[in-house]
Amino acid sequence: MNSFTFTQAPAVAAAVQDNLAHEDAAYIGGGTNLLDLMKENVARPTHLIGLKKTGLAAIESLPDGGLRLGALATNADTAWHPDVEKRYPLLSQAVLAGASPQLRNMATDGGNLMQRTRCYYFYDLATPCNKREPGSGCSAIGGYNRIHAILGTSESCIATHPSDMCVALAALAATVRVSGPHGERTIAFGDFHRLPGDAPERDNTLEPGELITGLDLPAKGFEKNYSYLKLRDRTSYAFALVSVAAALELDGDTIKDARLALGGVAHKPWRDPAAEALLIGQPATADTFRRAAAQVLEGAQGYGHNTFKIELARRAIVRALKQATEMTQRTDDNAFLNSNP
Amino acid sequence: MSHVTQAPLGRPPVALAPTQPVALRINGALHSLNIAPWTTLLDALREYLDLTGTKKGCDHGQCGACTVLVDGKRINSCLSLAVMHEDSDITTIEGLGTAEQLSPLQQAFIDHDAFQCGYCTPGQICSAQGLINEGRAKTEDEVRELMSGNLCRCGAYSNILTAVMEVLDNQQAGLPAGEWSAGAARPHDAPAEAPKQ
Repeated sequence: MNSFTFTQAPAVAAAVQDNLAHEDAAYIGGGTNLLDLMKENVARPTHLIGLKKTGLAAIESLPDGGLRLGALATNADTAWHPDVEKRYPLLSQAVLAGASPQLRNMATDGGNLMQRTRCYYFYDLATPCNKREPGSGCSAIGGYNRIHAILGTSESCIATHPSDMCVALAALAATVRVSGPHGERTIAFGDFHRLPGDAPERDNTLEPGELITGLDLPAKGFEKNYSYLKLRDRTSYAFALVSVAAALELDGDTIKDARLALGGVAHKPWRDPAAEALLIGQPATADTFRRAAAQVLEGAQGYGHNTFKIELARRAIVRALKQATEMTQRTDDNAFLNSNP
Repeated sequence: MSHVTQAPLGRPPVALAPTQPVALRINGALHSLNIAPWTTLLDALREYLDLTGTKKGCDHGQCGACTVLVDGKRINSCLSLAVMHEDSDITTIEGLGTAEQLSPLQQAFIDHDAFQCGYCTPGQICSAQGLINEGRAKTEDEVRELMSGNLCRCGAYSNILTAVMEVLDNQQAGLPAGEWSAGAARPHDAPAEAPKQ
């Protein structure tokens, strides 16, 4: 780790001011990803701003029937929160599918949005990587790319966003609350993370100095029919090769409303409104689900080692929608999650 | 307050490293340190306070050997800075029991031979204590899932599982701590002979 200074910010405004007063400053929530990147010399901030005392850890109901997750609420406190378990079980399930209990006790909800790709070339200082060092090239294209993206890629970068939680937040249409040098603003979840384009070094649309203060969930939680299906090389403590957050509102056998988002396939959580439109108003059958899956994967491109993800994602979407309809097995073979609806 | 130090124990001070004060409450005792801000909680415990029960395995949050309890919740001390824990109540393996009075988990690990080399054991036990504090895992499959943040290169998982289940079962059966012993709540699992010391 490089040397740096550390201050514990007493409040949000002070944290933002402190950030602006330093070159290469970074906010630190739980630190589970940032400190790892600093140990690898991938991240080299010269000043860290602690957020523990900014009062952002609360989870509270909103007047419109929604729920606000404070940016400093831990992943564990979020997943086990009675309102999240009852009203947004899809979110609870996605959070519990990620990381380990120790990491979930440290990692914050705001930090989850800010975590960076686990592309092995991004972590390896000895190889070119446009995300780490703009203009140096992409080692994954033409290299070993089994875990890489199949949707929304560019010639500069085929990295994936690693989060499980964010896939559920995309499906649930959360809103990101942000505070910065120019005051407060909100960002629709789908607009928060970016596609790589020709600037893969930018993961999201935050402006310099801006701090995530919370996440607002709309009232509609799809608590009756949902599924977070995560497919990975082992059934616990591994990143997704492909994951699917499926949420349905059913009227008998007819789909009244639908949400569909994928993880492990793109530079951002991949929600597909066109596929959702193909589900709405249709019977909840395998044929309907297959049409939606075909829509999601329409522009998919494999890069060799990861080409299997196209068919894997297609089947995962069908299975997740079926599970959401029937409320049968919830996730992969994770017994803990399956036994706790 | 136990002692003040500016360099790792037994080592010369690091030249020019800017330090800052931090007070850590560990196993009930307050320790005041002046340390560089990049000192992880794990390094503060091991290198500055001689609490070497907490182990450094991967140093990247993947193996769980460094697990300690912060305000009763298990975390990876390698992925946390000491300066982030000014107001925390930290419990390490040294704080869970004493040589004369082992904690129920420590006793269960011995009774069930839940380790081979022992390097991951302090992290396993702190993690299992966190799991018990959480109160979520009840079945063997649930314990396996919620212990997945702790790796054991020796592969002692089956005995670790037995040890953790025993403490959970004893707790659920409402046995007072003094009567907890191998197989007390699960006669069918009782060892055929007394556990060897």
